[in-house]
Amino acid sequence: MMTASANAKPNAQTATPATAGVVTGARSRRLPLAGVARRTGPVLVWVGLAALVIAVLYPLLWMVFSSFKDNREVFDSPWGLPSQLRWGNFAKAGSAGVVRYFTNSVIVTSASILTTVLISAWAAYGLVRQKVIGGGLVLGLLLGGLMLAPTVALIPLFNLLQQLRIFDTYWALIVLYTAFRIPFTTFLIRAYMIDLSPEVDEAAKLDGCTPSQTFWRIILPMSRPILVSAALLQALFAWNEFVFALVFISDGDLKTLPVGLMDMQSRLLTDWPVQFAGLTMAAIPMIVLFLIGQRQFLRGLTDGMGK
Amino acid sequence: MHVLNRWRSWVWVLPALALLLVFVYYPIVENLRLSLYSWNAFSAHPVFVGLDNYKTAAEDPIFWRALRNNTVFAVTSLVFQVGFSLVLAAVLEEFVHQRLRGILRTIYFIPAVISITVAGILFSFLYNPQIGLLNRALGALGLDSWQHSWLGEPGTAMWSIIAMSQWQSIGYTAILFVVAIQRVPREFYEAARIDGAGRIRSFFSITVPMVREMTTLITILTISGAFLVFNEVMVMTAGGPSNSSQVLGTWLYRNAFLNDDMGYASAIATVIFVITLLIGASQIYLSRRRRIEW
Repeated sequence: MMTASANAKPNAQTATPATAGVVTGARSRRLPLAGVARRTGPVLVWVGLAALVIAVLYPLLWMVFSSFKDNREVFDSPWGLPSQLRWGNFAKAGSAGVVRYFTNSVIVTSASILTTVLISAWAAYGLVRQKVIGGGLVLGLLLGGLMLAPTVALIPLFNLLQQLRIFDTYWALIVLYTAFRIPFTTFLIRAYMIDLSPEVDEAAKLDGCTPSQTFWRIILPMSRPILVSAALLQALFAWNEFVFALVFISDGDLKTLPVGLMDMQSRLLTDWPVQFAGLTMAAIPMIVLFLIGQRQFLRGLTDGMGK
Repeated sequence: MHVLNRWRSWVWVLPALALLLVFVYYPIVENLRLSLYSWNAFSAHPVFVGLDNYKTAAEDPIFWRALRNNTVFAVTSLVFQVGFSLVLAAVLEEFVHQRLRGILRTIYFIPAVISITVAGILFSFLYNPQIGLLNRALGALGLDSWQHSWLGEPGTAMWSIIAMSQWQSIGYTAILFVVAIQRVPREFYEAARIDGAGRIRSFFSITVPMVREMTTLITILTISGAFLVFNEVMVMTAGGPSNSSQVLGTWLYRNAFLNDDMGYASAIATVIFVITLLIGASQIYLSRRRRIEW
């Protein structure tokens, strides 16, 4: 998905003729309706933007409000605020499994962040600076790996994980979350490392550093911003991943949040406030993480897409 | 000696490559082989059946319905996540002042960071005829005849799932378009304005052609995402009622792990593989052709 080193710059050059077209043609082709549109347009735009804010936020607010209500309130006053803050719903959701699932998600997510980011950074540095033989082939395999979908590998992985005796363990998820995210993460970090000055490596070499010392002591600290982005995107992926977690974990005590919540939904059925509390507990960490690390999040996304 | 040293550099890519080959590439190749056998999770001896599993697929009406549902998913997602999102991004950049723009972008992006499971369950509550807000809102507007058991009726289940997916993804693709629009040199818009081009005309003459590359990328991602959809459907309907919202992913899952027909499931996986391969190849083709144009 990041095939080209295609950036905005070359694009800017080709598109100049298009602007020239506007410059010559615009004045004569003005529509008669444009005047009306100019006056009512902005109003409609603001109404639309506000409506979209409501459409996006209201379901989430409804979720949070409902998790403080009791069953009767969920039915009788669905639109309003809860009459009191019933924290007990969260305690109930917690003991109904959410705490267990939450812990599992934290374990799998943090372990896979560590393995994915380190292995990818290691490979990226090798590809950028260490002249790996067949480096082009490796890049090709990584690029292909970006396009291969987890669903397609599901059935053979079911057998493979059993043969490796890691089926139904944390390791199944950690290994798969790492393997399937290495392509994206390597490309992301590689794009950053390409821009680092090669003089740094030369200097380290002159000071007697081996390549791996250079990597650990100099390159890794210098790449911190992109490592943070990579870690955040991996967190988002691992925290929310569903299909592997559904198929390769059957032990109820090992389930991660996305699958655990689905289980809980069928167990609790009509205890609505507790269900809402469980959803809220699952959603909040990622929303908070996003609000804090927004800049790094978006850099990771757009750098990963653009290069 | 020198050559040996250079082979030693494989130490850098070996961990990544090993994981990739064992857990990504091997299963995909193995899946092709497995799709030629009739077997289940407990059978010791898979029986070679040639292309029988693919014949089963071709004669299976639910397989075709699933494929059609994926296609509908893709087309609807294109309209909203490419068309509507591009307009939204342009409006944000054009009309909204700096600070408010940042706040709106953040708000629109939030659904993309909560998990599909959470969003799916939340919307299944929203659609719920007992407690859901949707029917109540329709009732309040006097549109009682529009009320449905949204996920419980074959006619509305698939569309309800698709709607949830748009809710989750519009902000995400809009942000990507915003970044692309910000890369367009401001002078182009100024030149157009001086020459009397309105906002709508600038949008079509400058913004659309200038972000074409991002549009292609998002189009590809949206289409392949629509053919891989699984989580949303699994959480909200599991393919029901009466298989009306079945997609390729859920039909694969059902055959593999509930009907225990692993061979047929592998064949469905191969179909998904071929579809994503075609989409990926067109991505490479399109970006390469464009690079030569420069």
